Amino acid sequence: MDILIYGTVNSVVFALVAVGFTLVYGVSRLPNFAHGALYVLVGFLTWSLVNDFKVFYPLAILISLGISALLGALIYRLILIRLRGLPTSEIIASFAVGLIILEGLRLQGIGGFKGFIGPFYVLPAFIDSKLRIAGVLIDAQRLILIGGGLCVVAALWLFTHYTKTGLSLRAIAQDEQAAMMLGIDSDRAAVISLSIGSALAGLAAVIIFPLGNVTAEAGYRVLINALAVCIIGGLGSWAGAVLASFVLGFAMIISTALFGSVWESVVLVGAIILILIFRPSGLLGKQKELEERV
Amino acid sequence: MPNEQLTTRERRRERLDRGIKVRTEGLYALSSWKEMFYLLAPRIILILGLLLAPLLLDMYWQRVLCAAGIYALLALSFDFLAAYVGLVCLGGSFFIGSGAYISGLLNAKMGWAPFLTIPIATVAGAIVSTLVLLPCLRLRGIYFAITSFMFPLLTVNVIIALNIFGGTEGISALATYPNPWVDQYLILSVVIVALFTLRRLVNEDMGLILRSIKDNDQAVKASGISILSYKIKAVFIASLIGCFGGAYLSHLYGWVGISQFSLDFSILPIAATVMGGMGTLVGPVIGALILTPLSEALRGFGQLRVVLYCLILIGFIVYKPEGLMNYLQRKYHQFEHWEDV
Repeated sequence: MDILIYGTVNSVVFALVAVGFTLVYGVSRLPNFAHGALYVLVGFLTWSLVNDFKVFYPLAILISLGISALLGALIYRLILIRLRGLPTSEIIASFAVGLIILEGLRLQGIGGFKGFIGPFYVLPAFIDSKLRIAGVLIDAQRLILIGGGLCVVAALWLFTHYTKTGLSLRAIAQDEQAAMMLGIDSDRAAVISLSIGSALAGLAAVIIFPLGNVTAEAGYRVLINALAVCIIGGLGSWAGAVLASFVLGFAMIISTALFGSVWESVVLVGAIILILIFRPSGLLGKQKELEERV
Repeated sequence: MPNEQLTTRERRRERLDRGIKVRTEGLYALSSWKEMFYLLAPRIILILGLLLAPLLLDMYWQRVLCAAGIYALLALSFDFLAAYVGLVCLGGSFFIGSGAYISGLLNAKMGWAPFLTIPIATVAGAIVSTLVLLPCLRLRGIYFAITSFMFPLLTVNVIIALNIFGGTEGISALATYPNPWVDQYLILSVVIVALFTLRRLVNEDMGLILRSIKDNDQAVKASGISILSYKIKAVFIASLIGCFGGAYLSHLYGWVGISQFSLDFSILPIAATVMGGMGTLVGPVIGALILTPLSEALRGFGQLRVVLYCLILIGFIVYKPEGLMNYLQRKYHQFEHWEDV
């Protein structure tokens, strides 16, 4: 029962983290390697708004999500727009943006900035209480996390299927040239997808960070997790991403229960390698993706 | 108003090859000293510059030069993989780490001397790296980039968790080189050899196949060539270069530790490559020779160094994507003037 509940929690963590990355890559074929950095940045911004500027907690969350969305749009407008269609440069540039944010947060002693090191950065939980479900003790934040994750996935599904903007994003994802002929601006779609993706990374951060400390290292882990989910699930496939999150989430919890937490990351890489050998297009990927990745 | 725009567009920059460049193509270059000098000068300047540098520097900067040599090797291997095979390897530190750990272990546990451990670690490390990257070689683009990025991080986790190979403390008190001249000339000569060997290699048949794998691997497959075996060969060559850097590094500092898997070894070579010009092979070496002293000067600022490389990286990739080397080559081989249209 432990495994079932905490596995679900872990899986939703994976899904939350991956969903923004999948969205951006699915729509505009841009690998946003700054995803993990934006995740940490939102955690840090929220923390400093709450603690240094004494902003009301929900308001602080909204502000930092806004900043993250803006930053996503800026990354596209200033940098990635000049590099579209050059996959190597896209990877390197967005990775460099991510590193600037992550390592910049660790700077010390410049302009009175204290640096972002140490275990002092903890975001408060939304509701601080513990419940008992089927004999397993679980805190309310983890339940909120499950609910939040499901809401995010559902909201995104509704957004991409029933709103005009969402439909235009899907159109760009399916066939960019045809969509452009119908008057959909590809750059605008990319800006929208990057800002939504960045905001989603931030949303994941504010939901997940109360469970632990806000650290810069989390950024690398999040990026890797997001990519692992995408590789295993098959890019562009929503169902695949969700399925892969559950596979990975449970695989990790089970391996931790059996062998200890050492093997967590080994499981991750092992799963990726197995998938690559046996199903190169991912769990639910289609033939088209197979062609472009192998 | 529209008129103004038109006037600016009536001029364009025309570039023409210099006469001497055209004359030196092919066998005719041998016909005069001047033309042979034109061809050889850049190469000789580079080689002599590298070989004379240790004589002109003091102790501290000699050490920096050794580090610059290691980064230059890594940048070479990154450039070779990214620009000629299309594999963007974000985990260059894995090469350094595996080379360093193997030579460190051989030296500490078996007591073998550096001149034995370095060649063994170079080859063994390259085999290990190739085997580790083998399952990912079917991937392209971002998929390969991210899986290669994971390996150094993962290895660090495993080493800390299992507390093998000295755990977080690493292995210290390894044998070092007899004197500083061996230090420097070893790495510099390897840089030069690796550079010119790779340049030769990419112009051979194998280089042609590798480049076509990058551009259109389906076509290569259709020609009955196994792209996997060529990718394996390419990764093996690149990791040979990287692992030599690692093995050398372990004996340079007499110490091996998990920081050899750190991000510095992955990101600085990339910055050097982009700065020097991707695909030129010389460019990355020059980029490393510029960036390493720069980062050394900033050592006091800690993480600011990484931020700085990344800023340089973005600046070059956005505003000067051709890099320094392509720019210099153009100036050397061509003259340009404004021409009315």
